[in-house]
Amino acid sequence: MYAYTIRRVLIFIPMLIMLSIIVFGLAKAAPGDPFTGKILDPTVDPEVFEQQREALGLNDPIPVQYARWASAMATGDFGTSMYYKGKSVQSLIQERALNTIYLGLFSLAITILVAIPIGMYSARNPYSLLDYSATTFGFMGLAIPNFFFGLVAIYLLSIKLGWFPAQGTISGTEIGGWEEWKSRLHHMVLPGITLGLAGTASYMRYMRSEMLDVLKSDYIRTARAKGMGERNILYKQALRNAIIPIITLMGFEFGALLSGAIITEQVFNYPGIGTLFINSIMNRDYPVIMAITLLLGVAILIGNLLADIFYSLVDPRIRYD
Amino acid sequence: MPKNINKAYKSPFQLAKERFLKNKLAIASIFFLLFIIGAAIFAPFLTDHDPKKGDLLLIEHAPSEEHILGTDGSGRDNFSRLLYGARISLTVGFSAMIFTLIIGVVTGAIAGYYGGIIDNLLMRLTDLVLALPFLVLALTIIALLEKVTIGIFVTIIAITSWPTLTRIVRGSFLSLREQEFVLGARAIGATDRRIIFKHVIPNAIGPIIVNATLMMATMIIAESALSFIGMGIPQPNPTWGNMLSEAQNIRILRNHPEAWIPPGLGILLTVLAINFIGDGLRDAFDPKSNP
Repeated sequence: MYAYTIRRVLIFIPMLIMLSIIVFGLAKAAPGDPFTGKILDPTVDPEVFEQQREALGLNDPIPVQYARWASAMATGDFGTSMYYKGKSVQSLIQERALNTIYLGLFSLAITILVAIPIGMYSARNPYSLLDYSATTFGFMGLAIPNFFFGLVAIYLLSIKLGWFPAQGTISGTEIGGWEEWKSRLHHMVLPGITLGLAGTASYMRYMRSEMLDVLKSDYIRTARAKGMGERNILYKQALRNAIIPIITLMGFEFGALLSGAIITEQVFNYPGIGTLFINSIMNRDYPVIMAITLLLGVAILIGNLLADIFYSLVDPRIRYD
Repeated sequence: MPKNINKAYKSPFQLAKERFLKNKLAIASIFFLLFIIGAAIFAPFLTDHDPKKGDLLLIEHAPSEEHILGTDGSGRDNFSRLLYGARISLTVGFSAMIFTLIIGVVTGAIAGYYGGIIDNLLMRLTDLVLALPFLVLALTIIALLEKVTIGIFVTIIAITSWPTLTRIVRGSFLSLREQEFVLGARAIGATDRRIIFKHVIPNAIGPIIVNATLMMATMIIAESALSFIGMGIPQPNPTWGNMLSEAQNIRILRNHPEAWIPPGLGILLTVLAINFIGDGLRDAFDPKSNP
């Protein structure tokens, strides 16, 4: 177990370095440096700018530049935004990150609360009406683009029925305390469902097939033979085993969740990392783009790492070789 | 006599074809897809309007006899954009899939067949590309470019999504190259090229076809998602994603559902049909995979 965890962490490090090299390469490929785009004072000798470039290390060999860049990134110094003059990239990201985290957790909660009970029901009553409906929903959920679903949700539930707000995080009047949270949750319902849709569809399918497998296994038959109650069998024996792959899947689907958040936030004009990313691309604000790319990559690598370690913890049969 | 023998022994391909033809959902999906392709090809005969040219006096008009689905924010006819949009969306999806397929099969075959250092290097390269989700990597590359054209766009999709296919192809190559018939082919002096193309690929074709089919659905969604956020095929080219992009304007979203629901349904149904065909092919090539 420990050996596995250590080896898995050791693999994480070169992955992290590779990721940083890609992002550094992309950042280097970005046109311009801190001096381009600014109106250079014609009375200043161009030699001065050249000296400044030299002083900032822009003329150093690439490996030296990479080392400097990587150590700055590691300490959370992402530079300053080119578009929001003088604002540090770190503060821009900090303003938005919590919103995206709330949205992600909210959609994950919806996913789990919907997918697991329905998946279990489908496995216990295969080929029932609800099972067929769930399968159909699963196919639709995986095929419908989340932005189209989001538009339909806004059109029906927000514009036609007026149940939920169509954009933003709070209405603006409720600051602080319980009222603010109520407003936040209310605003998160539509984007949360939109973001969680694809995950719900796929977890439901996994849950159904895992549960079907587990219910056929010997230890369930033994438990039945011993006269254990059905509720006990289902929740204590079967669910615990069937849920392992689901939790692992969450770690690996983390990237899909983040990509989904970029589009979903755009549909609902939700001020998170996704909208910041898109706006920065439109404004060609390279320091922000690269910082977000790197952060998303690191988040995904950590998600995969945790999923792998968790898997080996709950299932001692897993060994890496 | 030989005819009877032919009846008794069917090639795996014939068996797969028979199984596939029994799958009603997949056959229905093929007909639906043919219908969409037909509409895309015969677009000039189905509408007289130019999908790129707008009439500035006819902005956001409600449906009329002249414009069945009304006009968009630039006064362009929505119905003609829907038809011509199918052309671009399907072409982009298909060519991105073919491009990815070529990269994926060649790299996967090389990695799986030769093994060793080449394999190791290629696998690290796939790790590198897979370290970032497709959408983030594609968007970052798009941010670096001055201008995105359809060709560049297809290339970006292909160079960000080949690794999955490479791994699948490599996996089947790794197991196939140890089989007796490959050893036999090598023993009689067949060249690597001949072994790869004549002996190994035909045996690995099932998973390749299935994944390529399902990949086309992913590509169509990727194109429309990127176009929707304004980072894909540039306007005024009609694509389904570009048409949906108009609905980000709350006025169009509220007042003109006839403008954005058809392209959305177009994407949804096309992707659904392709997924059904892909699942049908999977069941046909590998009946054991069906749970």
